[in-house]
Amino acid sequence: MDWFFIISSGVKIAVITFGIILPLVALSSLAERKVSAFIQDRIGPNRVGIPMTLLGAKKDIAFFGLVQPLADGLKFILKEDFTPKHVRKFYFWLAPALVLVPALLTVGVIPFGSTMQLFGEQIPLVIADLNIGPLFVFAISSLGVYGIVLAGWASNSKYPFLGGVRSSSQMISYEIALGLSVIPVLMIFGELNLGSIVQFQDKNGWLLLPLWGDGLSLQRWLLLVPLVISFIVFTISIFAETNRMPFDLPECETELVAGYHTEYSSMKFALFFLGEYAAMIVGSGLIVTLFLGGWSIPFGDKIGLGYEAAQNTWWVGLLHLGCFLTKVVAFIFFFMWVRWTLPRFRFDQLMRLGWVFFFEIALFNVFLTALILMFVK
Amino acid sequence: MSYVVERPKLTLSERLYFPSILKGLSITFGHLFRFVTGKGKVTMSYPEEKWDDSLPAHYRGAPTLVTDEQERERCVACQLCEFICPPRAITIIPEEIPSDNKFAKVEKRPKAFEIDMIRCIYCGMCEEVCPEQAIFLRKDYAITGTTRAEMVHDKKRLYELGGVREGLVNKWNPLK
Repeated sequence: MDWFFIISSGVKIAVITFGIILPLVALSSLAERKVSAFIQDRIGPNRVGIPMTLLGAKKDIAFFGLVQPLADGLKFILKEDFTPKHVRKFYFWLAPALVLVPALLTVGVIPFGSTMQLFGEQIPLVIADLNIGPLFVFAISSLGVYGIVLAGWASNSKYPFLGGVRSSSQMISYEIALGLSVIPVLMIFGELNLGSIVQFQDKNGWLLLPLWGDGLSLQRWLLLVPLVISFIVFTISIFAETNRMPFDLPECETELVAGYHTEYSSMKFALFFLGEYAAMIVGSGLIVTLFLGGWSIPFGDKIGLGYEAAQNTWWVGLLHLGCFLTKVVAFIFFFMWVRWTLPRFRFDQLMRLGWVFFFEIALFNVFLTALILMFVK
Repeated sequence: MSYVVERPKLTLSERLYFPSILKGLSITFGHLFRFVTGKGKVTMSYPEEKWDDSLPAHYRGAPTLVTDEQERERCVACQLCEFICPPRAITIIPEEIPSDNKFAKVEKRPKAFEIDMIRCIYCGMCEEVCPEQAIFLRKDYAITGTTRAEMVHDKKRLYELGGVREGLVNKWNPLK
């Protein structure tokens, strides 16, 4: 193990976690409020800015409320961290961490960009270049449900308990569809390394946009049918996995007060909040990586902005990073857009959708892909 | 007697879910797009934009006292408003007008007239009951203060807010 690798990995962890994910979480909490406001014809938070009046100036700089996340964070820190008498203290304290940690851990295998040239070395913009990328994400992100179940159980009160129970059953139902729907994708790539998956798409067209390279073959265009199906099933399962509307039954504020985090306050509640948004970001990052070409620019390989270009010029690597973040942000917007459009499912509808439809569709899809891969060259 | 509620027959596109989801998404995106392009704006940013200009003439804002065209305070301290006031926000201490005063024939005037604006419910009964048309609800609605004492409008403040009203009651006009 050479020192350069260790140091560069450390820097990557610090930059990606504190420079990309956490600011994205903060901004998406503001964006959520803004998008919800715009969809409902309101203005949304637009006051919190730089408090120049505190420094003696005449007017505050409002800045479209961009400082709102900071104010929210400050509020969470300053609020009383109340632990009710009736909770099981150890698990009550453990649960918020168990929600946030898996969400942040899965960031490790997502390729944020192609490669960067620094000090004469190639640095791939992924923290851990594992050969089991999607499996690692599924394994770790499903641990997040333990946080929610523990929170529900340790709170020792009925609404959190119901939230926790719902969360576990929902997670079991949708994990299957999530895993099965990604199999066609892996069959096409023939490997599980997310970095190579994106490089393949960079060269041969995105899975859902096969317009250049080998993507212009009959096989790839026929494969679009199962791929669109698995994209839809995968996206919906990610919605369920991250407890977003219309699958936010564990939280479900109209029925369960606040669901599993009813008894939580202050920074412990904020950890749940951060975990939910971090999971959302990783989820959209995974969808983008698998189906929409990750960091690759459309036709990038043909116009000299592909993977090879990034190995020689440093700014192409930055361009790839920007491209990935743009796609992720667009997908996060989609998450919010759906949240403020669809009402919550009833619990039996949720179960029926998961077990009766998505499970079968995803299973059928695997065979359809196999047939196309076998008979159409 | 029992009723059978017929379930609506769903068409294929409705049963498939996705078309209606797409329809819903397009509706919400339409709202977002209209708002961002500035067409769908329905809210006002309160302290910067106010609706004062479009207040109707009968708007019930803060109650105020008025003087007539000869600068005589119209209130004759009959205390009807004090009695009618549902939340008992009005306190009046009457006094006799000295005989050397120009308006001595009116006999009474308020020595102190206080309206507690924390209590006031802006019902307008004081205006309705006043036989002298001395108390009016004006269009001021942002009555704020940092102390309770500040929120009690005394006689001076009430006249300041009310100003002069002409016409209407002429029975105390000395020229008549």
